[in-house]
Amino acid sequence: MSSTTISAPHDAPDAGPGGLRQLIADWSSDQKAFHVAWGKAMMWIFLLSDTFIFGCFLTSYMTVRTSTTVTWPNPSHVFALNVGGSEVPLVLIAIMTFVLITSSGTMAMAVNCAYRRDRVNAAALMIVTAGFGEMFVAMQAFEWSKLILEGVRPWGNPMGAAQFGSSFFMITGFHGLHVSAGVIYLIVIAIRLLRGHYDRTGNYQIVEIVGLYWHFVDLVWVFIFAFFYLW
Amino acid sequence: MAHGTAQQQHPIGLYFKVWGLLFVLSTFSYLVDYFHFHGYLRWGLIITLMLLKAGLIVAVFMHMAWERLALICAILLPPGALLVLVGLMFAEADYTFLTRLSFFH
Repeated sequence: MSSTTISAPHDAPDAGPGGLRQLIADWSSDQKAFHVAWGKAMMWIFLLSDTFIFGCFLTSYMTVRTSTTVTWPNPSHVFALNVGGSEVPLVLIAIMTFVLITSSGTMAMAVNCAYRRDRVNAAALMIVTAGFGEMFVAMQAFEWSKLILEGVRPWGNPMGAAQFGSSFFMITGFHGLHVSAGVIYLIVIAIRLLRGHYDRTGNYQIVEIVGLYWHFVDLVWVFIFAFFYLW
Repeated sequence: MAHGTAQQQHPIGLYFKVWGLLFVLSTFSYLVDYFHFHGYLRWGLIITLMLLKAGLIVAVFMHMAWERLALICAILLPPGALLVLVGLMFAEADYTFLTRLSFFH
């Protein structure tokens, strides 16, 4: 017996060389904690890290809102729209919420179609989902323009505490960026699905992975809606 | 095919039910603002409706309810650390608020 076989861990499949190759072998061999496709496990882990990013944003928002001695602007009035002469509170935000939930529903349908190997309907529903996402981003852009016109800036605003602007632009901006990225992601995967890219392996699980990302974007909005707009 | 495709296939009716429920819950949370509820009633309703919506999305739309416990624990337990952060930062923010009150007012 050579010294290498004694020093190598007996359960590693090919622990011949040491150093970097051994490290790679240990991390890439058939060891499996999650019995799902690697792409799905990786998407979940990415979403977990994203949870912490949004968690930190919302926590810092809580910190600045709690610690300021100036009155916080009332979101119910700030985000109200004038409809037919009367002020309807938060109406655009409510519509945005419904648009995002609708898109989540069409995404769930797309995943369902993909599992039934209905390529065309899955792609079509993904395009519809992307359309709703785009609608959401457009309304977000409208909301931003409206607030900027009213004098809201990251360093101050005429309605109250200066931290309102920085929290608003940071949180909704980062969320809007996620929605925009999701729209691009959806369109790319839908086109690849239509062109038969995934028929070579016959695996449509990518649709479920896109779905995870999209539902997460909706999930984050649930928290933003509750803590930023309703609180 | 390496990965079972039938694994996460669920009746389409379930999705429709959850979809409808999410609409109803969102309407309720909007009405909380519309009817100007205040104090603990408002916060309690906001948090309850938020958690119900989040739970439905994660459990059904993201299929977490049918995943193995190893994945559920790996994804759902770590965000609990955020609650600790929230607790710490709330105490800190409260202290900053009191300090500002006594020095700048």
